[in-house]
Amino acid sequence: MLGAVSVGVLAFIAVMVVTVFANAWPSFSHNGFIKWFFPGGDVDEQLRAMQSGLPIPGHSGYYIRAWPLLWGTILTTGMAVLIGIVFSTLAAIFIVEFAPPALRRILDPVVRLLAGVPSVVYGLLGILVLAPWVENHLISQGRKSSVAYVVQLTGLNLSVATVILTVMITPIMVAIIVNALAAVPRSWTEGSAALGVNRWRTTWQISVRTARPAIIAAAVLATARALGEAIMLAMVSGGRAFAANPLDGITFLFEPVRPLAATIVGNAEGLSNPHLAATLYAMAAVLLVSATLLSFAGWAAKQPLKRYGINA
Amino acid sequence: MAAQPEALGPSAPTRSLGGQESISSWPLVDRLGYVLCWAAGIGLCLVTGAIVLYMLFKGASYLRPYLFVESPTGVPNQSKAGGFLDPIVGTLIITAIGVAVAAPAGVAIAAWLSEYGRPAWLARAVESGVEMIAGTPSIVLAIFGLLIFSQVFFGFLSQTSAEGHVYGKSFIAAGFMMSLLAIPLIAASTREGLAQIPSHVREASYALGKTKATTLRRVLLPSVRPNIASGVALGMGRIIGDTAIVVILLGATLRTEGVGNVPVLSTLRGTGSTLTNYVYSNSPTGEGNAPEKAYAAAFVLLVLVLVLNLVVTRLTSARSGAQAWTR
Repeated sequence: MLGAVSVGVLAFIAVMVVTVFANAWPSFSHNGFIKWFFPGGDVDEQLRAMQSGLPIPGHSGYYIRAWPLLWGTILTTGMAVLIGIVFSTLAAIFIVEFAPPALRRILDPVVRLLAGVPSVVYGLLGILVLAPWVENHLISQGRKSSVAYVVQLTGLNLSVATVILTVMITPIMVAIIVNALAAVPRSWTEGSAALGVNRWRTTWQISVRTARPAIIAAAVLATARALGEAIMLAMVSGGRAFAANPLDGITFLFEPVRPLAATIVGNAEGLSNPHLAATLYAMAAVLLVSATLLSFAGWAAKQPLKRYGINA
Repeated sequence: MAAQPEALGPSAPTRSLGGQESISSWPLVDRLGYVLCWAAGIGLCLVTGAIVLYMLFKGASYLRPYLFVESPTGVPNQSKAGGFLDPIVGTLIITAIGVAVAAPAGVAIAAWLSEYGRPAWLARAVESGVEMIAGTPSIVLAIFGLLIFSQVFFGFLSQTSAEGHVYGKSFIAAGFMMSLLAIPLIAASTREGLAQIPSHVREASYALGKTKATTLRRVLLPSVRPNIASGVALGMGRIIGDTAIVVILLGATLRTEGVGNVPVLSTLRGTGSTLTNYVYSNSPTGEGNAPEKAYAAAFVLLVLVLVLNLVVTRLTSARSGAQAWTR
C-alpha cells in the first residue's frame, strides 16, 4: 500500500507533464516551435489580441513571440542569483566560521524566518515601500523622458524585482552552503591551521573549496525557485512585457519587465479562451521543463561531495 | 530535497580554530574577506529584522478588532469594505485540507522509501519524482490543477454552469494541489527521522516476532513523530504562504461562496479566498487597493508564520535530545 502511494507520485507527474504539454502544443505548433521563443513585436498586444479574438494586422490567427517574457525571466532570475550567491556564500562562511556563538544562535532562526515569509508579503513591501522610494530618489525626470518614447519608467521595475527576489532566495542558498561548510571534516581545517595558515585562508582554501559543489547546487536550486516565483514578481516587476535593453546603461535597471510566471498569473482570467489558454500552458510547459532540469542539475552538482563523505 | 532552507539543523557545530589569533597580523586581502563576511552576516540579520519589524509595526497600527469578525464586502468605500473573516477561515480550510492529504501521503512515501524501497530503480524514480514536485513552480501546479478539476469527471467537486461547463475552482481543488507543496517537506523530514533510527531497534522488534509492517507502525513511526510534526509545520507554512494556487484554483472570490445545499460540503465545493489572496487583491496591483487592510492581513500572515517557525524550532531542538538509543 505504501508502494502504491509512492508510485502515485510518479503517475501524478506523468499525468501533469502529458496534460500540460498536450494543452501547450497548439500554441507551439501554431507559431512554430522554435519561433515561439523568438523576439517579435509587443507581447502585451499579442496577448490582448488573443483575448479579444481580433487578429493582429499582418498575421493570420493568433500570434505570439515570447522572447520579452523569457528575457524578463532570465534577467530577474540571473541577476538575483548572481548577487545572492556572493552574499550567501559570505553569510554562510560567517555563520559557520566567524560568528560568535550568541549571534550564531540568532542567525539560525533568522534564516528560517526569512525563508518562511510568504511571497505576497515581499511583494507588498516592494510595491508599497521600495518602489515609491526608487521612483522618487533614483529615477530622475531626465531619465524618464530619455526613454519616454518606448517605455514609461516607474518604481516598479527590474531593479526592485531583482532586489526582492535576491532577499527571497538568499535563505535557501545560505542553508545549503551552511550545511556543506559545517560538514567539512574538522581534521582538514585543523591540519591547515597547524601549518600556520590563518583562519580566513583556511576557510577560503579548504572549507569553501571543498564545499564548492554545494555552492553550485545552491545557485541552481535557487534559480529553480526564482523562476517559479509568480505573485511577488507580478506585483513589483512593472507588469509590462518589455525586453529591457542592457545597452541603455543605468536606465536598463529601471525598465519594467514581466517574467513568464507573472504573465500566467496576470492573464489567469483568460484561461477560458482557447488560444490564450494554449499560450499560457506553453509558458507553464517552459517553466516546468526548466524547473525539472534545474532540480536534477542541483542534485547532480552535489554528487562530488559524496566523495568526501559529506551528505549535504 | 530541493530548496529546503529548514535543514539548517538544530545548531551548526562550532568550528572556530582558536580564538586567540589577531586579525591585524593577516594580509590585507584576508582582512577584507573577514570584514565582508561580518558585513554579510550582520546584513542578513538587519534585512530580516527590518522586514519583520516593519511589517509587524505597520500591520499592528492598522489592525482593528472588526477586521477579524466582518466579511469583506467588496465595496470601494474602504470604511464599509468589511474585514477579513472569510479569508482567515479560507486559510484555515485550505491548510486543513492540504495537511489532511499531505501528511499521510508524505509519511507513506517516506516509510516506503526508507523501509522497503524495492525494486531499487523504482525507489530512485520515486525519490526524484518527489524532488521534481518540490521544484515545480506553484503556478504550474495551479494551472495544471485547473485543467484536471475542470474535467466533467470531477464536476462534483466544484461549480457547474447551466451549460454543463465545470469551473474547477473550489476549496477541495485548491487544497489538493496545495498538499503537493507540503508532501516533499513532510517526506524529507520523516525520512531523515527514519534514517536516524539505528538498525538494532528494528532487529529487536523482529526478534520479538513482529512483522515488518508492525515494526513500522508500532515502533518506527511513533519514534519519528517529532520529525513528522516538524515536517507538517513546515508544510503548513508553505501552504499558508502560497498565493498562486489560491488566485487560480480557489476562484479568489472575496467571500466564501458555497455551492449546493449540504452544509459543509457546499463550502468545500465553493470558492473563497485566503489571507495571501486578500493581501494580493488589496495591494495596489489588485482590485481592492486598500494598503491599510493589506498591511493588517499581512500582519496576521506573518504572525502565523512566526508561530509555525517557533513550533519547528521547538520540535527540532526537542528531538535532538529525545531518543535514548542514539546515545
